[in-house]
Amino acid sequence: MPIRALIVDDSSVMRKIVERSLRQAGIDLTTVLEAGNGAEALAALQTNAVDLILCDINMPVMDGLEFIKQLPGVANAKDVPVVMITTEGSESHVVQALSCGARGYIRKPFTPEQVKEHVVPVLGGKS
Amino acid sequence: MKSVGEQRAVEGGHETWIPLLDTATREVFELMLGCPLTVPTSAEAVKPEFTAMVGLAGQLSGVLSVRCDGKAAALMTSKMLGVELSKVGPEVSDALGEVCNMVAGNFKNKISGLAEGCMLSPPTVVTGTDYSLHSLGADSPGLEIRLLFESRPIVISLLIQS
Repeated sequence: MPIRALIVDDSSVMRKIVERSLRQAGIDLTTVLEAGNGAEALAALQTNAVDLILCDINMPVMDGLEFIKQLPGVANAKDVPVVMITTEGSESHVVQALSCGARGYIRKPFTPEQVKEHVVPVLGGKS
Repeated sequence: MKSVGEQRAVEGGHETWIPLLDTATREVFELMLGCPLTVPTSAEAVKPEFTAMVGLAGQLSGVLSVRCDGKAAALMTSKMLGVELSKVGPEVSDALGEVCNMVAGNFKNKISGLAEGCMLSPPTVVTGTDYSLHSLGADSPGLEIRLLFESRPIVISLLIQS
């Protein structure tokens, strides 16, 4: 099934790597929206529906944890799975992200196989 | 792995971290750029046209930097974006900053307690050649490794603040 993804990372290069990794993982991306921080991502979700969100944690303006805390109030983000992709590898960050609603957690550096391993299950058969 | 001074502790104190810094760097290049790094056979000088830096604060305070010449930085960007070298543009600084960020994060995640107790700053990238890098309070132990990326030298340094 075609997937519409929102990739949130303050590095444009990393956003491209994540997109490429998703495609290499066999995910059929039809639309890829990009945002440089949580605030930009919330703005993008006001006018766009997506099936999957991949999000960094450390970003300026609004970080990834604050962003996912606000997602329940966004109509276009209801029940949309969020997978964190970050250099922050501590257990507390993982626990915090999962308790805020993230469904998966990928540590940088990563392989397309790891992306597949964490993303495909949260798509619930959509991929 | 240590040979002919290509890989050295600048001063004593944290030499046991050198293999971890080496592994952290190699993993980033292998996984994200698809390029294994090699050990130089001679002490090649690096023309540091690009220096990416990430600050560490908390249980470990310091600055991790990645230095390389412009060709190496452009090659890294090309590999990361999956585009031809001739198509690489202004995203070079972003790419090198992200490499430095991943090396710093991967390194701290390999040291017990640091994943939790050490925060990373956003990357800063300096371009040019006529500058020197000085971190206040970092006159105590530091680590440095030199590796080859696509036959071009890169230097990864960790200045540790006392």
